[in-house]
Amino acid sequence: MEEVPHDCPGADSAQAGRGASCQGCPNQRLCASGAGATPDPAIEEIKEKMKTVKHKILVLSGKGGVGKSTFSAHLAHGLAEDENTQIALLDIDICGPSIPKIMGLEGEQYVEDNLGVMSVGFLLSSPDDAVIWRGPKKNGMIKQFLRDVDWGEVDYLIVDTPPGTSDEHLSVVQYLAAARIDGAVIITTPQEVSLQDVRKEINFCRKVKLPIIGVVENMSGFICPKCKKESQIFPPTTGGAELMCQDLEVPLLGRVPLDPLIGKNCDKGQSFFIDAPDSPATLAYRSIIQRIQEFCDLRQSEEENLINS
Amino acid sequence: MFGAQGRAVHQCDRGWAPVFLDREQSISLMSVGFLLEKPDEAVVWRGPKKNALIKQFVSDVAWGELDYLVVDTPPGTSDEHMATIEALRPYQPLGALVVTTPQAVSVGDVRRELTFCRKTGVRVMGVVENMSGFTCPHCTECTSVFSRGGGEELARLAGVPFLGSVPLDPELTRSLEEGHDFIREFPGSPTFAALTSIARRILDATPTCLP
Repeated sequence: MEEVPHDCPGADSAQAGRGASCQGCPNQRLCASGAGATPDPAIEEIKEKMKTVKHKILVLSGKGGVGKSTFSAHLAHGLAEDENTQIALLDIDICGPSIPKIMGLEGEQYVEDNLGVMSVGFLLSSPDDAVIWRGPKKNGMIKQFLRDVDWGEVDYLIVDTPPGTSDEHLSVVQYLAAARIDGAVIITTPQEVSLQDVRKEINFCRKVKLPIIGVVENMSGFICPKCKKESQIFPPTTGGAELMCQDLEVPLLGRVPLDPLIGKNCDKGQSFFIDAPDSPATLAYRSIIQRIQEFCDLRQSEEENLINS
Repeated sequence: MFGAQGRAVHQCDRGWAPVFLDREQSISLMSVGFLLEKPDEAVVWRGPKKNALIKQFVSDVAWGELDYLVVDTPPGTSDEHMATIEALRPYQPLGALVVTTPQAVSVGDVRRELTFCRKTGVRVMGVVENMSGFTCPHCTECTSVFSRGGGEELARLAGVPFLGSVPLDPELTRSLEEGHDFIREFPGSPTFAALTSIARRILDATPTCLP
């Protein structure tokens, strides 16, 4: 990985190679010559690697703590229940790599024969190790994951991201630009503070021309295990995801209620579907996963029609 | 969360004027949210640009006489966190409050945050466990919706103070979104009690004489 100075303006910025912080950087000459402005050869290399990957789905959220990694993990579990489907789950939350824990992995990369996982978490020797990296180094890691991992024949590549709209998101969209991403699933909780960030996330997707598969409203209602009455722990003060999706003309894929068993199973690294097959949360997940599959199949047949016409 | 959306940031002779919440000017805010033309605009910036803004927030805002500057950060251990520490280091920050939820998956990430603090020389004032249980408003049964115990265990393992657990209260969310003062309207909420206790501990831990 290239060593970049702390205040690196970015290889593709107008200041590339010319900024004060560029002095002494090994890449200074390259940047100043405008080479940073040419497309990264990795993009074509990744396109080649991705030829054996049928569908690529990004899981995004505006805010942290809305259940994005939990969703990514269970999307992977749900899809992998069909033994004939090969699933890969890539965790690009470099600073907070939770996927290994949620999937019950301590360094092995296969959960089942047909479900493989890659995360920076596997490269850390201790659970206390902190990944204190700036943007350029994180981007380099993401490039390596996409270009240098032998993904093989994969039906669905699910990419779990950190919250927000920054380096990791820009990088994954740029590196997969030539390889065609099917779309993004955006996770939110019902309250306005979360939705506000989702609207930004939707705008990000539109800006970078990333198709939106739809929005999932997580932690949507809670059924008390004792009295079975429903409460709204995170009240949908402005109409929840449903109204936002109507306003922005984006599909609402479904609502997943809060079930304490979800957290417990993630902590144990197990699939919640196995522990609570009849939970309303499981049923909600299954319906959402089906809609995601339908979206991907539709895109695939639209593309095939385009090629054949 | 303060009902201050749409407020503008003005330039004054000492720099940017922060947004004051009240006539007494007891709480002021600064956020990139005030600088956006539209609230739904996505801030799609890479690290260097974010770092530059954070530096400006510390050095170019006319904060005036402050007792406490509280810095809310995004999750992680990256550009924003490093930039904040670099910008605040000359001012000898009191330390970091590290927030987790009770479940192991959250604690798994927060352990790394504690390592970050150690490596960057930031004192950890303590760990707060948020979303620590929900009391059903219908039958008062308390359920650990996000598991239990992780925060206290983490603090113990890391050898830092455990400042307290904050239970879930939908009225807190509602107050934040509807611009009400939760503390004034729901003084009976166990969440209020927990928040007050944590604030008290921070006040008590603040040295009376700063160098």
